Amino acid sequence: MKTINKLFILSISLLSVFASCKKEKKEPVFDDKDLAPLSIEFDNIVGGKNLILNSETYTNAAGEDYKISLLEYYISNIKVRKADGTEYVVPQDNSYFLIKEGDEDHEEALVNVPEGDYTSLAFTVGIDSLRSTMDVSKRTGVLDPASPENDGLYWGWNSGYIFFKMEGTSSAAPVDGSGQHIFRYHIGGFGGYSSPTINNIKTITLDLTERGPALVRKDKKSNIHLMVDIDKVLSGATTVSIAANPSVMFSDYSVNIANNYATMFRHDHTENE
Amino acid sequence: MKIKSIIIFTLCVSMLIVAACHKDAPEKVEIPFQGFETPSNFPAPAYHFETNEITKAGFELGRKLFYDPILSRNNTISCGSCHIQSAGFTHHGHDISHGIDDRLGKRNAPAIMNLAWSKSFMADGGIFDLDLQPIAPITTFEEMDETMQHVIEKLQQHKDYPALFQNAFGSSTITSANFLKALSQFMLMCISSNSKYDSIMRNEGPAFTAAEQEGYSIYKQKCSQCHTEPLFSDNSFRNNGIGIGYNGDVGRYAVTLDEADKYKFKVPSLRNLQYTSPYMHDGRFYTLDAVLDQYVNHVTAMPTLDSLLQQNNVYGIPLTMDEKTKILAFLNTLNDKHFVTNPILAEQ
Ligand code: HEC
Ligand code: HEC
Repeated sequence: MKTINKLFILSISLLSVFASCKKEKKEPVFDDKDLAPLSIEFDNIVGGKNLILNSETYTNAAGEDYKISLLEYYISNIKVRKADGTEYVVPQDNSYFLIKEGDEDHEEALVNVPEGDYTSLAFTVGIDSLRSTMDVSKRTGVLDPASPENDGLYWGWNSGYIFFKMEGTSSAAPVDGSGQHIFRYHIGGFGGYSSPTINNIKTITLDLTERGPALVRKDKKSNIHLMVDIDKVLSGATTVSIAANPSVMFSDYSVNIANNYATMFRHDHTENE
Repeated sequence: MKIKSIIIFTLCVSMLIVAACHKDAPEKVEIPFQGFETPSNFPAPAYHFETNEITKAGFELGRKLFYDPILSRNNTISCGSCHIQSAGFTHHGHDISHGIDDRLGKRNAPAIMNLAWSKSFMADGGIFDLDLQPIAPITTFEEMDETMQHVIEKLQQHKDYPALFQNAFGSSTITSANFLKALSQFMLMCISSNSKYDSIMRNEGPAFTAAEQEGYSIYKQKCSQCHTEPLFSDNSFRNNGIGIGYNGDVGRYAVTLDEADKYKFKVPSLRNLQYTSPYMHDGRFYTLDAVLDQYVNHVTAMPTLDSLLQQNNVYGIPLTMDEKTKILAFLNTLNDKHFVTNPILAEQ
């Protein structure tokens, strides 16, 4: 009796292991009406170190020391693609996220996509020009100028969102009225409404094949873990000197900073649990 | 019986008193709400009424908000503090506007007038939708120094506003969209179309005097390319040669970052000039004589100076004394007394 029982349990568990293996191999049929959750985590680092606001001191390519006190950026228009080229675009109304360093409610973008194995991820850093010019009633959630998250991420005088905002202190920054050495980078610009102007909307495409595709299933949690190297903001194709450019907002120079930060995203691994 | 008659008697007396009191109270003239109407001598409006239909409740809510200092950080400054009706909805007597704690802004407050026909807002056109306009003064340090979040919270906790939003938009939960739309509804109704000039254009009876008529001809020749009828602006951005201001305001360039836009400002309307002094984006001229003198004698050569102001190697607009007088006579026909005194647009 006892042995039979044991055998039975063993075979059941073997079966289930087998079944689960089989399940993992077999990719579900793509159905864009039937969605499963996928998260994209934005893990801010500086070079090889975790980013810590206010206390940690970093050095940029220009050799200047700096501390970061605030880091926020918009992620929007998320798209995923499978190896066979099938693509899913997250409906735009559910595709705006604000990443805020130091705020655990704002470290990831949570979307719903059809079940499947995705090998490529694309998103926008900033807010597309279409949404930037939409009726106020279409500006909800993190896009609502009255939402607590949005505070300070909308330019009132020159209608548009600030896509990327980084502030901090550096001994290289000139002293301001309050006796502090502050730098401020507020980067935006969706291309202009009636007259063309700078466009700092950046689309990032990341290949997930090497570090692990996202295996999205309803009963599982798939998390694409990105490393975001903030060091790149000041030290990329353009070496940004804080002394020379302590404050960059809506200006031609902002294009250099946007080009720099467009290179800061790297796929580290994917958790499929 | 006795008690009954006493009761009846007192009832009658009190009814009489109530009636008398009612009669004594000043009669409130109910002006029927007309909604938004395009004056027959105006073109089709530019505003998107399809996403914000003007209703009586929405307009009245917008008016209350416009005159309510609750929109500023310390509840001291309202939109109406800088946009004063009797001054054609400008900040009369202030070259640059004074805001909260008397902080100084960098520009002169323009008129809230005929905005339904404007394609952009602010002297540099930085704002492309009237609905987005109030965010600028509310969140600007020198103006109202508030946050949108806090304004919405204050309104939501107020004893009157939730019900007024319920009436106007069908929900007592105040959203920034409904808040902004209510303000737009009030501002869109600030239509100035009852000047003498308008009556003449609509053949309603009045006629230009000889001087006004000549002034109109000179205006058509020398000013109308930029200050185009009937709104007296072509909505473009131009450098009219007044020279760089004391604070180096670069105008349209700040929005487009295009060198060719440096020191260009939106062409303002010429309506209601009698009420809106001082003039230009930084309010540097206090009289129309000074403005005309500027156009005639002091137009400054600059790379972006408008070509209309440098013809045949002459800078500026040549005008004789006589022509100046006639232009001023014509400009005077653009003043709209009805607009600056209309009780519907006043603080209630
Ligand atoms: C401290 C004074 C001040 C306050 C308060 C103020 N404004 Fe203004 N307003 C200005 C100034 C100055 C400008 C012009 C700014 C510019 O051109 O850059 C302006 C411009 C405008 C314009 C653009 C008009 C056009 O033709 O381009 C509108 C509309 C407007 N304000 C509405 C409002 C509303 C609504 C409020 C209240 C929420 C408000 N203002 C509060 C000073 C003020
Ligand atoms: C080349 C285009 C152009 C022409 C021609 C022109 N203006 Fe202007 N005008 C402007 C611009 C642009 C401004 C606003 C400048 C500023 O804000 O700094 C302005 C401002 C004004 C103002 C101030 C209005 C206010 O509310 O501040 C008056 C008054 C005025 N013009 C009158 C005239 C008259 C009268 C003529 C004809 C004799 C004329 N203009 C010709 C472009 C022009």
